[in-house]
Amino acid sequence: MVQAFLAVGAAVAGADPAAASGAGASLDLMSMLFVFMLATFIGVGVILRVSRLLHTPLMSITNAISAIAVVGSIIVAGGEHYPTGIRVLGAVALFCSMTNIISGFLITDRMLKMFKTREGGKP
Amino acid sequence: MNAVLVQLAYLAATALFVLSLHWMNTPKTARRGVFSGVAAMTIAVLATWSGANVTRHWWVLIPILIAVAPGIWLSLVPLTAVPQRTALSHAFGGLAAGLVGTAKYFYWLNHETEALTAFRMTAIILEIILGYLTFTGSLIAAGKLQEVKWIPQRPWVYKGQNYVNLGAFALAVLFGVLVILSPGTTTSAVLFVLIIVLSLNFGWMLVMPIGGADMPTVIAILNSYAGLSAVAMGFVLDNKLLITAGALDGSSGLILSIIMCRAMNRSFANVLFGAFGQVAKKAAAGEQKQYKSENAEGAAQMLEQATRVVIVPGYGMAVAQAQHKVRELYDLLSKRGINVTFAIHPVAGRMPGHMNVLLAEADIPYERLQEMEDANSELPQTDVALVIGANDVTNPAARHDKTSPIYGMPIIDVDKARTVMVIKRSMNPGFAGIDNELYYMPNTLMLFGDAKAFVGEMVKNLSGAGH
Repeated sequence: MVQAFLAVGAAVAGADPAAASGAGASLDLMSMLFVFMLATFIGVGVILRVSRLLHTPLMSITNAISAIAVVGSIIVAGGEHYPTGIRVLGAVALFCSMTNIISGFLITDRMLKMFKTREGGKP
Repeated sequence: MNAVLVQLAYLAATALFVLSLHWMNTPKTARRGVFSGVAAMTIAVLATWSGANVTRHWWVLIPILIAVAPGIWLSLVPLTAVPQRTALSHAFGGLAAGLVGTAKYFYWLNHETEALTAFRMTAIILEIILGYLTFTGSLIAAGKLQEVKWIPQRPWVYKGQNYVNLGAFALAVLFGVLVILSPGTTTSAVLFVLIIVLSLNFGWMLVMPIGGADMPTVIAILNSYAGLSAVAMGFVLDNKLLITAGALDGSSGLILSIIMCRAMNRSFANVLFGAFGQVAKKAAAGEQKQYKSENAEGAAQMLEQATRVVIVPGYGMAVAQAQHKVRELYDLLSKRGINVTFAIHPVAGRMPGHMNVLLAEADIPYERLQEMEDANSELPQTDVALVIGANDVTNPAARHDKTSPIYGMPIIDVDKARTVMVIKRSMNPGFAGIDNELYYMPNTLMLFGDAKAFVGEMVKNLSGAGH
């Protein structure tokens, strides 16, 4: 059972199921799929509870969060071994992600500051 | 920093991202959500940057510094322009994912062909297709929302369009499969570039036929794609932080687009391929229907005598910049002990939740903003429903007229209020070209004029009478 599972995983990973490294890669692949599935469920659970009042700020904060692509951009732009052409692609990606991070968080905060209860205006 | 520490930092960042979205559930804690998100992102950036493999620091620092000015500038746009800013940032996100995928593929192709496993290649292909189509699709969406001249607001359609679009997409997927099967050859490199070209084209072709009124759904879907492209990048780079953060974003976009679709009683397929909002070609109505109108003074008097008033704002109110006058009206009525609430349809405005932000900007307390379902249960006990700049979301035809294009769409039941007042420039049908039968009902009064000027008149009347 476990072996069959590993073999399937390794086949998906495109590695030879007999090779030790193949089995390792497949386990890593499986763990990534698990992480993805669990994160999606957590995401759905958390997002469903967000007040409808805040859907626009929610969208702008998730913009900023999806700019987590910044991690991949830094690795490509600043990585040790990359040739210049590829590094340039990474640098452009880094610029795009960083713009999203800065504008996303700033505008979310700007909007949230506007949501007030009726402190001053008593009826 | 060594690899284990980097991973621990990523773990902390993941937790903070989840908390950040969790705190968005009420306006009371939402700003804490922003701080937590900023902390998570800072940790992620610093941990990655200090990783053993990142040594070319100028290459990291300079793009970050260049991004500061446009980032700040984009955060200062007027709130009516937030939808197009959001679309633009999806474009940036998609482009970043596409570029990183491209860079990794060509690096591995030339230096480490054995790293191009079938699994990794699948992830890269998904990443670039999603990334590049999000890029051009979001640019068109941003253009439509900004009402750029050379992008038509109305759907841009031709015969067989859906087949051409799906054909381009199918071709990209087919090429993708070929590249996955033998990733290391020169042919594959050529096919890879073709996939990029096809995805870039598919993106704009997908959004061009969609009308301006459907943009809220489209940007929610593109939000989801931008998240999924980050997930794919995570699979490519073996990075679980990318997977979790991308999945959070992807699920948020998914839920928002489902809410939008439900609020319009449409399916995803219908929004994406239905080309809704074309000029309705219906026979001219023969009979001239009767309606009643009222001036500002009379309308103000009726409001004054009410005990419960519901205001139904639409995007037209924001276009007329009337929200500050509406706030004055709200203040004057509240001071007289009249219960005033705002009924917000989920598709009011141009992106999910847009109307709430526009009203919050005008200092209207958020506990006065009601969701459609709550408003509907109270509308039968309401004296006056005042519709400002909203049209289709108040059309009772959606409840009973099976021939209406909006049949089945949930609406705000303003017609159930004792008196309905509608501020409108003229009797011309609105953007979707659908006549609103609300305007001809016996309990409806039409208030003709510019929303800002008319509400201003009412405010003047009410404050004058107060002395």
